[in-house]
This record gives sequence, structure tokens and C-alpha cells, in this order.
Amino acid sequence: MMNMQFANEQEKLLHDIGVLSFVVVDLSLYLDTHPTDRNALEYFKHYNRMANQARQEYSAKYTPLTISCADASECNDWQWALSPMPWEGGCN
Amino acid sequence: MWNYEKRLQFPVNIKEANADIAQVIISQYGGPDGEMGASMRYLSQRYAAPYREVAGILTDIGTEELAHLEMVATIVHQLTKNLSMEEIEASGFRNYYVDHTVGIWPQAAGGVPFNACEFQSKGDIITDLMEDMAAEQKARTTYDNILRLVHDPDVCEPIKFLRAREVVHFQRFGEANREDCSKSEHAQYNH
Repeated sequence: MMNMQFANEQEKLLHDIGVLSFVVVDLSLYLDTHPTDRNALEYFKHYNRMANQARQEYSAKYTPLTISCADASECNDWQWALSPMPWEGGCN
Repeated sequence: MWNYEKRLQFPVNIKEANADIAQVIISQYGGPDGEMGASMRYLSQRYAAPYREVAGILTDIGTEELAHLEMVATIVHQLTKNLSMEEIEASGFRNYYVDHTVGIWPQAAGGVPFNACEFQSKGDIITDLMEDMAAEQKARTTYDNILRLVHDPDVCEPIKFLRAREVVHFQRFGEANREDCSKSEHAQYNH
């Protein structure tokens, strides 16, 4: 993971979001069946904060990842519709 | 309700088209143990789940399956979008092509269309969770079969990710079926 090569900063940030979001998804499933595990809850809060920050940063610098981040960019056009779809390949 | 996130759960970047592989992978879109059936199974079963932890895990795994459905569709799309007519004619993909061109349509590898009979929602949480654990194993077996048939690393990497998630989901459904979870104080309903 540490030796991965990225074409540009955008690709690297999207990769980081993928890693952080995966931690959040996997932890949320664990917490569903262990809702009183406080260590897991602290771990979840830590990574969820990092994932949200990274998503906000990506949406401000490049294109929105969610509707709730769609106001982060300075762009005047509706980038939510104009940016590439995930199945197009390349940077996803 | 749901929110869309405009990225794949795991990256898919396939460089070489391959109609025969697409014909096999489409089974995990709309086949008997595919991601469409998985998502619809868990999201439909939620309403009869007597405990909130169980309704919660069904919601979150059912949601993750939608992300997997998008990954499988992306694999098929990238394997077929640049095919030549000669490649389509020479492959087993011609029978799919005549009905769907290279659009994505839910069917099994053998051509059987997606059908709700591929899953159950029985209104009995023990019955449903047992089905869910079996379903995760069946999907894991299908991904193992795909990995025996496919050798392109661009395809194998996302398939290995999806296979690993089946194992985690099996574990979580098993925990939901535990005695301590089934005696939860967090009843969704008072029967």
C-alpha cells in the first residue's frame, strides 16, 4: 500500500478516501453487532472524522463525491452531473 | 432513504476487453447468488427483524451490496465497451449482445433473468439469518469459481475484494444470530 504509484494528487486523495471509507464501513458493520464496544466506537469516530475531512477536501479541490459536498467547490457549473461517473475507469 | 457517493467502493480499471469473462461475471450482477439478490434480500428482510441491531446490520449490509452491484456492473461494462464486432461474433457473448447490445441487464451467466425467487424474506428472523449466512457462502463460492476462470489481474483484484466481503458479512450475520443479540433489550417491536 505504501509503495503505490499515483498519477497525480487527485488520484492519491481518492485512494485515501477509499481506504478511510472502507475502515468506516467495516467498523460500522462490526458496531451493528457490538453496539456497546466503546473502543470500537472511539476507533470509528477517529476514522469517520478523517474520512469526512478527506471527502470535503476532495470535493473542494476537484469534484463533489456526495450531494452534501456539492457546495464545496468554487466552480459555477453543476459538477455533480458534469464530473466523470465511477464506471468510466481511470481515476476512480 | 439513501445517498449516492460518486466513487466505487474499490477501484476498477480494466485495460483489455474480454467478452467471455464478461459473460461469466454478469452472474454476480443478476444471477442466483449475485449482488442484486443479496441487496434485495437484506433490505426486504429488515421490516420483520424484531431487534434493532439485526435491522441495522441488514440495512448496512444491504446498502454495501448496492456498492458491490455497481462494482460488478463496472467490471462487465469495462470488459465489453471496446469490443469489436469480430470479438463479439467469436465469443459466447453474442447471445447477450442480440438482446442488450452492451447494456447492463441482470441475468445469470447461463442467460436466466434475475428473479425474486433467488431469495427469501420469510418473516422469521432466525430463518432469514440462516438464509443470509448460506447466501454469503454461495456468493463466496461463486467468486472462487470466477477466480478459477479469470486470470486478468485487473479483473481479479476487485473480485478478490468482493469475495473477502462475503466472508465478513457471513461473520456479522452469524453474530446477529447469537443468543446475546437475539435477547437484546433493543426490541424494534413489543410482541
